[in-house]
Amino acid sequence: MTESPYLPTPHFAHWRKVKSSAVTGVLVVCAFAVIAPLFLVLYFLLSKGFSSLDWNFFTQLPKPTGEVGGGMANAIVGTIVLLAMATVFGVPFGIFGGIYLAEYGSDRANNWIRFAADVLNGVPSIVWGMVVYLILVVPFKGFSAYAGGVALGLMMVPLVMRTTEEVLILVPQSYREAALALGVARWKMIVVIVVRTALKGIATGVIVALARIAGETAPLLFTALGNTFWSHNLKEPISALPLQIFAYGLSPYDDWHRQAWAGALVLMALIIVLNITVRVLSRDRGKTD
Amino acid sequence: MSTAPTTTYVMPAPGSRGPDIAFKWVAVFAAAMIVVLIVMVGWELYYGSRLAIAKYGAGFLWSSEWDPVLEKFGALPFIFGTLVSSLISLLIAVPLGVATALFLTELAPLKVRQPIIIAIEMLAAVPSVIFGLWGMFVLIPWLRDSLFVWLKKSLGFLPLFQGPIYGVSMLAAGIIIAIMILPIVTSISREILRSVPNLQREAAYALGATRWEVLKIAVLSYARRGLFGAAVLGLGRALGETMAVTMVIGNRPQISASLFAPGYTLASVVANEFTEATTDLYQSALFEIGLVLFAVAILVNAAAQLMLKSMTGSGPIKVN
Amino acid sequence: MSTLPEAPSGHKVSESLKTSTAPAHASDAGLPTDAEEVAFDIRNFSLWYGQRQALQDVTIRIPAKKVTAIIGPSGCGKSTFLRALNRMHELTPGTRLEGSLRHFGEDLYGPGVEAVAIRRRVGMVFQKSNPFPTMSIAENVLVGLRLNGVRDKKVLQSRLEESLHMAALWDEVKDVLNRPGTSLSGGQQQRLCIARSLAVQPQTLLMDEPCSALDPLATAKIEELIQTLRERYTVVIVTHNMQQAARCSDRTAFFYLGRLIEFGNTRNIFTSPGNPQTEAYVSGRFG
Repeated sequence: MTESPYLPTPHFAHWRKVKSSAVTGVLVVCAFAVIAPLFLVLYFLLSKGFSSLDWNFFTQLPKPTGEVGGGMANAIVGTIVLLAMATVFGVPFGIFGGIYLAEYGSDRANNWIRFAADVLNGVPSIVWGMVVYLILVVPFKGFSAYAGGVALGLMMVPLVMRTTEEVLILVPQSYREAALALGVARWKMIVVIVVRTALKGIATGVIVALARIAGETAPLLFTALGNTFWSHNLKEPISALPLQIFAYGLSPYDDWHRQAWAGALVLMALIIVLNITVRVLSRDRGKTD
Repeated sequence: MSTAPTTTYVMPAPGSRGPDIAFKWVAVFAAAMIVVLIVMVGWELYYGSRLAIAKYGAGFLWSSEWDPVLEKFGALPFIFGTLVSSLISLLIAVPLGVATALFLTELAPLKVRQPIIIAIEMLAAVPSVIFGLWGMFVLIPWLRDSLFVWLKKSLGFLPLFQGPIYGVSMLAAGIIIAIMILPIVTSISREILRSVPNLQREAAYALGATRWEVLKIAVLSYARRGLFGAAVLGLGRALGETMAVTMVIGNRPQISASLFAPGYTLASVVANEFTEATTDLYQSALFEIGLVLFAVAILVNAAAQLMLKSMTGSGPIKVN
Repeated sequence: MSTLPEAPSGHKVSESLKTSTAPAHASDAGLPTDAEEVAFDIRNFSLWYGQRQALQDVTIRIPAKKVTAIIGPSGCGKSTFLRALNRMHELTPGTRLEGSLRHFGEDLYGPGVEAVAIRRRVGMVFQKSNPFPTMSIAENVLVGLRLNGVRDKKVLQSRLEESLHMAALWDEVKDVLNRPGTSLSGGQQQRLCIARSLAVQPQTLLMDEPCSALDPLATAKIEELIQTLRERYTVVIVTHNMQQAARCSDRTAFFYLGRLIEFGNTRNIFTSPGNPQTEAYVSGRFG
């Protein structure tokens, strides 16, 4: 057998192999470098925050500046209140927008609207805060939970709209036809048949959006503002976990730093629970289909 | 056995036109709101900045003085800070993200892939303020005492690595932004790489290429444009990061050649000083900064969406 | 329980016609006699999907309280024609129609005529059964009534029983009415869909290849059912199965490339069709 003159030398072939293995090694290292920060963050959240999670933390209000102790009860409740309000303001818009995209929109209109929604997703969250400040805080001469809820709700709209559209499109056309063939009005067909069939998917999309805005601080800085006491009505400023974490973290007091870690741990736990809920809901959907 | 009907025709008269039309218009309105919202945001920001625009005009963008007491405002330090911190974050996150995406699509077996993907999704779920907290108390001390010292010692001949080390710095901001945009860069890159047809890979393998050569020739060059789009999307995200940056960048409106120097970004100056803006002009200047940030973020994101749409064909990439 | 003779199986087409009740006129064009009521009076009906013409100048008078089968090779426009009868085309943008379609004298596409009202009188059963997945058997049957505002529990209960009886499903599901509609077998699901359509008491029932996804046993049950429905409803059924058309129908219409080629008594269409194209199709020379 004659050797082809065009074959590379054994040395070169070996070098190619080594290079390839080296690159493989580099890629592996990169992958683990990317997920390392997650573990670092979780580790410190737990080690610095867990010990501060006592009964006081969950039930007491913050103590006056400089004093040790107290808790974040109002921040935890505030976060839940703000999320509820965001849902009320943002979800109907998002769902109806998704219904438009899936049931009524033409291809051209839909492309523009989807593009606009994705652009809207990229608006920095602090900008939302500034805008809601101008439209809800200045005219009413005060920071309020309403303003915070609206700011968060507006951020939810593009997210909920896209996920609703995706889920509605998956409902087979034959259900729509079957409903219409019974002499059912189109709007009823959409609400009772299509939306109801896709309900789990829509709920999942809403929870995904909630998980995303639960940790948002910037939009709340000049809308909900924060509150060291309980808010007695929604027209007052309200506390929220991200705001409290931010304020405490930047403060010069060690005790507040400790509480900031605890608050961060609670916030992270809330977000993780929401994410797990999404995963569980998605898995169920896959099974019954 | 079929039975004769026992009830008469009882259904109410048809009259669905009205409710049908109303429902449709509610849906149209909701969808139109999206476009309206973008316009509204732009308009409100413009409205808030009219005082500053009237006073400074375009010079606002290249004036580097920021003195609230003397009421002199210029945006250059913040534009500089935003650009530099974003650039640093891209230099770190894009290679890492693409490498990880390569690992996930080309190398990793399913059992390894799944947990890593979940870990990356979890990383994306961590809020900015928690990254900020961690950055302040964990990352900064380590940078100040270890990495920065080492950098200064080995690369101190570059002006980038000269000057006093405080810990809070432009570089710290760049690093933490990088951590925050890694998930989006990685996941978009993954989608781009997955859309590379297998035929390309097979052709390269058939030529006797090693694995790395296949990646280089068949995959990366095909996906080049899409990966660039992923990077631009990462940039769009980096521009808007506020809380974590505010907590690690030092919040000093200065322009410095050193990466160890504290800085200030468009987003963080607003976050920091908005509630303390005592005069109308001060607040208006901050609104103008917000307007600049909004305009830049929108343009970059729109560009990224267009780039990515042309690469993957089907609808725009969903950004979580 | 059905009181009709069993549908013959496996016979050649012409033999099964011996049990048909249609009059035997070789030259009978199949148009309804003056004594028969006309369910659909269609004249010069054409339909376009965008630029493409799907139906061309169809003129036909479909008799009431009879079963009319529509046959033809794939793509001949039979489903398109059927769906025009209850205005299902409105789900597809870009559809254009010309001509006159009347249902028991009422203009289907007249100005001011609501599609919703038409569809209450002209029901439809689809190729693949599609009971609503989030509803039970009972809820599926009653959904048409409920969404049209019927609240009276007694009315709902009696309609539920009637419709399930008419669909020959009552005995099989009477004890499990709360089970999900999708928990039934394929054939049962299709009968459930028929019950669902019947519950709103239409005058006419359109069936778009209702048995094509079913096994022979389930198919036989549905064909039986179609015979009983004839007493109260006008049935128009699209089928690609010629034997089924021969077994079940009184009149048959043969469509080809968007045109109505021939329409007449089923027996004539299959034993002595007037048009050579019809003859070629029913004898299997193309399809």
